[in-house]
Amino acid sequence: MATPEDTSQDKAPGGAQRGRNGVLMYLAGLFFAVVLTLASFWAADAQSVWQPGIPVLLAALAIGQMGVHVVFFFHISSGPGDTNNFLALAFGIFVVGLVVFGSMLIMSNLNANMLPMDRLMEMQR
Amino acid sequence: MFGILTWDAIPFDQPIPLVAAALVMVVMAGIAVTVILRGWWPYLWREWITSVDHKRIGVMYGVLAFVMLIRGFIDALMMRSQLALAADGAPGYLPPEHYNQIFSAHGTIMIFFVAMPFMIGLMNFAVPLQLGIRDVAFPTLNSVSFWLSAAGALLLNVSLVVGEFAKTGWLAYPPLSELSFSPGVGVDYYLWSLQIAGVGSLLTGINFTTTILKLRAPGMGYARMPIFCWTALASNLLIVAAFPILTATYAMLLLDRYLGFHFFTNEAGGNAMMYVNLIWAWGHPEVYILILPAFGIFSEVIATFSGKPLFGYRSMIAATLSICMLSFVVWLHHFFTMGAGADVNAFFGIMTMIIAVPTGVKVFNWIFTLFGGRVRFTSPMLWALGFICTFVIGGMTGVLMAIPPADFVLHNSLFLVAHFHNVIIGGVLFGAFAGYTYWFPKAFGFTLDERLGKASFWCWLVGFYLAFMPLYLLGLMGATRRLQHYDVPGWQPLMIAAFAGALVILAGIGFTGAQLVVSIRTRERRRDRTGDPWHGRTLEWSTASPPPAWNYAVLPNVTQADAYWGMKRAGLTANNAAQDDWQAIALPRRTSVGVVLAFFATVMGFALVWHIWWLAVAGVIGLAATGVAHAWRTEHEEEIAADVIAESERARRRAAT
Repeated sequence: MATPEDTSQDKAPGGAQRGRNGVLMYLAGLFFAVVLTLASFWAADAQSVWQPGIPVLLAALAIGQMGVHVVFFFHISSGPGDTNNFLALAFGIFVVGLVVFGSMLIMSNLNANMLPMDRLMEMQR
Repeated sequence: MFGILTWDAIPFDQPIPLVAAALVMVVMAGIAVTVILRGWWPYLWREWITSVDHKRIGVMYGVLAFVMLIRGFIDALMMRSQLALAADGAPGYLPPEHYNQIFSAHGTIMIFFVAMPFMIGLMNFAVPLQLGIRDVAFPTLNSVSFWLSAAGALLLNVSLVVGEFAKTGWLAYPPLSELSFSPGVGVDYYLWSLQIAGVGSLLTGINFTTTILKLRAPGMGYARMPIFCWTALASNLLIVAAFPILTATYAMLLLDRYLGFHFFTNEAGGNAMMYVNLIWAWGHPEVYILILPAFGIFSEVIATFSGKPLFGYRSMIAATLSICMLSFVVWLHHFFTMGAGADVNAFFGIMTMIIAVPTGVKVFNWIFTLFGGRVRFTSPMLWALGFICTFVIGGMTGVLMAIPPADFVLHNSLFLVAHFHNVIIGGVLFGAFAGYTYWFPKAFGFTLDERLGKASFWCWLVGFYLAFMPLYLLGLMGATRRLQHYDVPGWQPLMIAAFAGALVILAGIGFTGAQLVVSIRTRERRRDRTGDPWHGRTLEWSTASPPPAWNYAVLPNVTQADAYWGMKRAGLTANNAAQDDWQAIALPRRTSVGVVLAFFATVMGFALVWHIWWLAVAGVIGLAATGVAHAWRTEHEEEIAADVIAESERARRRAAT
């Protein structure tokens, strides 16, 4: 319950991390982010990886990068004081996932079922 | 110098918009002169225009919605009268290009500038009071939201005189809305006014989500929040999730129109269906953004006037949140007929039927709240009862159209038009009027005239059925929407009946206006001195009517749902609960940043519509400079001294006893 006396939910995300501990956390985040970025640049034209697997690897690295940002920079955790932020993130991912996946499904469906526009125009003539 | 703006933009050859515009300008000039001559300007500027008080902003949203309701309703009357005339070869009196602008403007105005401001206004007014707090989380942002919405409305109305409005329907589907088929400025007016207003809506969503999650009176846990706050929370979550889709979609169409991109064009790999897909990924949550707060209002009204706690409070919350989630998985039912395969249509059809289930749960909860209650048939209650009957019919025609094969017959017919008016008028608009009548005494300190309120309700109810039941029939007979004239003489009697219905609704609007005038004139008789005219259940009725700027001298301590009802039962009204050791209260300072931002946003929008690039740049610089200047402000709050609060509280107690 968020009451004026109860300040556990009153902080902005990341508000709790200050001082030396906070700096260390940001440095760790920076380290992971840089490593993942360099890894993606390496992976883009790596010869030692099975070629068709490269996009999957890049996607995995990108998702890892997002995770690093969420944990180290946005400070979103599954802790009890963070329920709202966690739920908001989950709701956001849910909606974005639905819209992206739904659009892909629907558009491929439409492409499969409908004539290309120029052919359709010809038929109407 | 002036881009593509020339004298040709003003429709000197068309009497209808010209006379309308002249009339509007005379009225506006009259108001401006009165305000200046009577010396009201400083009061208006200080107490309203630059106010960051959520109650004042809520009232201003209401005024915006009422003004735009009249504009949108005039459009509706013109359409209905045109169709009553234009049968069997007769041309009617509106030329097609004008008629197309009217139906586009009607839809755009009614959704974006009537329904949205009305609901957001009621949320602004009631949610912080119900939560037992002094303001929203970001009061300045709240003012900015309102003024951006007003700027969008202003830009849209400018199109009546300078240039033209979109002729594309209210969602401006490409390829018709692309530059090659709509070379005029109409679509640009549409896009820029909605982009500006959309920013306002999004900021409102963020503001209210934060407010409800983070700021509540001591002891008000989630399971003790009034149901209107719950529905407002769900509605604002949807705003935050859905409005960015709308902004991005419009941004892509703007890129197509201004910079020659090909997102939605026919050529160069564009795909117009992607626009239809994205706009409805916003559009279906949007209808729930509008209807959920209305559900909340009806819940409050029915519980209050039945003298009972809401039946199934927790199931109501569950139903609200499941609608919130499900509203994102039904959007394809708006284009069943446009080429999706059977599996996709089947999935979205079934999801659409499933979303009717939580709505049904709500209907039964309302009926069981009424059951065994001591029902008082006041005008808010009449709106609620009219809503239950009307909305159930609208919901059932919706479920009918959720069946894809049926939709192939009904798509884009007047049956569809009747369906969505059935749910929007019977749901959102009735809800807005119920909320307006219910909270008016709280906002202004006196009740509205009951007889005229009931007259307005009956006119709206009868007028609605008379206007839209014929449209269901016409839809089944094959009449499509957006017809300027028709060749079937058999349709004309039903079209005339629908026009008669619109006239009855006009009488309803007239009664609402008369109700306001009469109530203001007789306000001394109808003063609400107790702050609790309806014997209410929630916290907003525990403070004075109208509430002081600080809402509550002492924040209420909440120990149960229906908090104020519990306090009254325990004999703990705010009158004798509070002691005399008042403390000073810090309130956010008023600021002109909202109205200045809106000014520059309007300038920018107008300049972009007419390709006046230097002015557009000036507008953007003005927006940025205003933001920066505001960020330099060091004084954010002003303190209300303890003795001012003490005096106000003493006056309230004297009045109440």
